[in-house]
Amino acid sequence: MAPILEVQNLQHIYSVGTPFEHIALDNVSFAVERGEFIGVIGHTGSGKSTLMQHLNGLLKPTSGAVLLDGKDIWSDKALTRQSRFRVGLVFQYPEYQLFEETVYKDIAYGPKNMGLEPDEIDRRVREAAGFVGITGKQLEMSPFDLSGGQKRRVAIAGVIAMEPEVLILDEPTAGLDPVGREEILSNIESYRQAKNATVMMVSHSMNDVARLTDRLLVMSGARLVMDGTPDAVFSHAQELLDMGLDIPELTRVFLQLQKMGVDVPSVYTMEQAVDALRKLKGGAANA
Amino acid sequence: MLKDITLGQYFPGKSAVHRLDPRTKLILLVVYIVALFVSSSWVSYGVCFAFLAICIAVSAIPLKSIVRGMKPLVMILVFTGLLNLFFTPGETVLVSVWVITVTLEGVVRAVFMVMRILMLITATFLLTYTTSPISLTDGLEALMSPLKKIRVPVHELSMMMCIALRFIPTLIEETDKIMAAQKARGADFESGSLMQRVKALVPILVPLFISAFRRADELATAMECRCYQGGDGRTKMKLLRYKRNDLSAFGTGALLLTAVIGLVSFGL
Repeated sequence: MAPILEVQNLQHIYSVGTPFEHIALDNVSFAVERGEFIGVIGHTGSGKSTLMQHLNGLLKPTSGAVLLDGKDIWSDKALTRQSRFRVGLVFQYPEYQLFEETVYKDIAYGPKNMGLEPDEIDRRVREAAGFVGITGKQLEMSPFDLSGGQKRRVAIAGVIAMEPEVLILDEPTAGLDPVGREEILSNIESYRQAKNATVMMVSHSMNDVARLTDRLLVMSGARLVMDGTPDAVFSHAQELLDMGLDIPELTRVFLQLQKMGVDVPSVYTMEQAVDALRKLKGGAANA
Repeated sequence: MLKDITLGQYFPGKSAVHRLDPRTKLILLVVYIVALFVSSSWVSYGVCFAFLAICIAVSAIPLKSIVRGMKPLVMILVFTGLLNLFFTPGETVLVSVWVITVTLEGVVRAVFMVMRILMLITATFLLTYTTSPISLTDGLEALMSPLKKIRVPVHELSMMMCIALRFIPTLIEETDKIMAAQKARGADFESGSLMQRVKALVPILVPLFISAFRRADELATAMECRCYQGGDGRTKMKLLRYKRNDLSAFGTGALLLTAVIGLVSFGL
């Protein structure tokens, strides 16, 4: 099947023709298949957020193109607007965009802008709220009376309610406690499975992306430097560290073991680590 | 898009104008404005213009940025020019159509008025372009300090001004972010009737106000944590001191004012 999103030689330059001109994206190309869960990692200022804003047509590329279902999203105005609904983008700290009197109305803002029927809006609001665990009474509360984690989930529901085929999240767990993080991550996963949606998640937590995603994009200095399975990417652990990026704690431990001369493979999940250690122990016993 | 606002922006630099004491620059600006309003002839206007031109040349501020800053004021300039052009009574009538009469005096006056406003604004721009907001408020505070005697809260006023200036870029950035977030939810700011467009602003203004209040609250807490208690007994790390170049700047200012007054009183 054709990829749902395709990025071709994307380049973006901020403030062209002024002394503040700088290249934020440089010749980035990749394709996203339906149903993939992609993690995007990179240093602050590596161009991740700029890249995300190109995928739903908020920013216009200086050169290159973004194809949604094979069509350039900038080829026609209606298509650009459509791409906002089909590719849902959740910004960093999305709770700062809440504005309505009630949680219900805020979640309904997106679907309303799509021009849907009231019945359909109501269905979507309730369903989206269900995905993020906001229920009955909370829907009639003011969003400003909720806790930080709840606000974040309401804001995410506001994007989910548009039922985007591609859901993009820019650091959805930043600044939350471990319980809050887990809740958000499982909310995203349940939406992905229920709607067979494609998800792209920018994250600084290597443990999260290693555990959840099936493909990783690594951005560095406005370029896409790595694109592969977590397995493939984390086997370049030393290069990631050189780029100033973190690696999962387990990978770090095993990298150190390799340096000490212990014969272990690169790992990034607990299961792999247990496996590798078992083998090592078995091997040692046999010798 | 919003980042292009240049009004009152500071251009860091090391020119002679940049190095002047902010108090000197403020006083010179007042002197210059007085000189402008005293001027009433081609020669005196010429002197004022030359003075400004030299100051700009010395400051090394690109002329382009000064012109760009003028853009929002075009309407005021056009309006002033037209009003003076059409409503100045005079003897030498140049054109007379229906109720509109254009006299030679009117033309001269319109040119003078527009020149006066232009030079006044350019001079003010020169001040804000060459003085950082912090030293500008420092200078204002120092100049207004005599008012403390009659219990005007000078320090608090200048601190408020300083904070307001400091947060303009922050709020602009915040507005950009909120706009992008609401656009991602399908907000449309560019089409629809006037009423619809005004309504479309609500999703931006509400979060913007909330975040402004949050920032104010956080700033107040942070200041209190560092024992800020207003101007009483507060000392400064960087004391303002007049130097030799300030003296020569004052000399030049005095010369300008005397020259203009002299020229005008001799009817030139």
